[in-house]
Order: sequence, then structure tokens, then C-alpha cells
Amino acid sequence: MYYQEKKSIVNIISTLLIYGIYYWIVYQEYSARSMSHEEELQYWGKTMLLIIPIAIVSKIIVHIIFSVTNQLVTRERQPCFEDERDRIIALTSTRNAFMIFGFGFVGALGAIAYGMPLHSMFIFMIVAGLLSDLFDNLSQLYFHRKGI
Amino acid sequence: MGEHRVSNNIRTLRFHNDEMTQQELAEKVGVTRQTIVAIEKGKYSPSLELAFRMARVFDTPLEEVFSFNDEPKKKK
Repeated sequence: MYYQEKKSIVNIISTLLIYGIYYWIVYQEYSARSMSHEEELQYWGKTMLLIIPIAIVSKIIVHIIFSVTNQLVTRERQPCFEDERDRIIALTSTRNAFMIFGFGFVGALGAIAYGMPLHSMFIFMIVAGLLSDLFDNLSQLYFHRKGI
Repeated sequence: MGEHRVSNNIRTLRFHNDEMTQQELAEKVGVTRQTIVAIEKGKYSPSLELAFRMARVFDTPLEEVFSFNDEPKKKK
């Protein structure tokens, strides 16, 4: 298995773990609280903002650990540049991820339009974010394995 | 993925060029070894620029490195 394929698998696992743990904690806290309409909006806003630095820092740490471990175990070095094929794969995967997020965003708006509770809109967006991230990495894994 | 109708003789050409390795070819044309592997297996059609760079490395016309099969795929 090549470096890029292993990296995609590590990214999928780390995304599931990071988002899973974070939103489990958020869900516990949300269930325990009773909030007014304004407080609820503020709560979800903070929750969605906080995941950005948490995800970035966690992914950097996971990437460093993966690179070091991979080099020690397989003696395979991390590619020092991206060539045209890597760029095409990255762009196509990002397009797929944006499409998934787009559907989620429309779903979130639909939830509000059809009178569902406010938190359902944020849940739609969170799930869309998670799915688009997973789809990005799954697409990369698929294109690296099957060709593009 | 999309059906690739571009075939190549890279493996043979590498063999006739002092058994050049995939890594050596990758370094000469400025891509990763994985890309050379994908091209050889027919899983990736290179850009025109990369195709010309490869032909230049083997000092041979482009048509001898890559060929295009325009026959329509047979329906089962």
C-alpha cells in the first residue's frame, strides 16, 4: 500500500474519532441543559466554531505521528511534492466533498423551512461536514487505488 | 473510473534504457513513482506535457511511447 492510500485511511479513522468524541461530549452537554432560543443559537454557534481549531490541531498531531511511525516501520519517506496526478485526485475529491456538503446545507435549510426544531438545522450541517470530510478521503483512497 | 484508451510501452522502453527503474524515470520527469506505476498499469493518462517529457527521456517519438486506441468498447 502506498503512502497516500495509508494517509487517506488514517484520515478517515481520525476524522471519525475526532468528530465522534467531540459531538458525543456536545450531545451530553446539550441534553443536560435547558436553553432559551438565543442561548441555543449561541451554543450551536460556539460548538461549530470550536470544532475548527480542534480538528486542525488534532489532524496535525495525527499526521505527524503517522509520518514518523510509517517511516520507522516501512522506511518509506513522505513524498516531498505533489505531482499532476496527486493534484487531479485532490481536486476531484474536494469537488465530491463540496457536493455532499451542498446537499447537507440544502437539507439544513429544508429542516428549518419545514418547521423542524432549530437544533436539527445544526445537526444537518454537522453531519454534512463529517460526511463531506469522509467522502473527500474515501474519494482520494478510491482514485489512488483504481486510477483517475 | 473512466475507461483509459491510451496504452503505453514505458515498461519496455525502461528495460531498453539500461533497465531504468520507475524511481529513476519519475525523478527525470518530475513526478512521484506512484504516478509512473499508475501510467504503466493504464490507470492514469498523463498530461501532454508529461507525455512529451517521458518521450524526451527515452529519446523517442511520442507515438512510440503512447498509443491511442479509438475502437469503441464492445457491448456485452
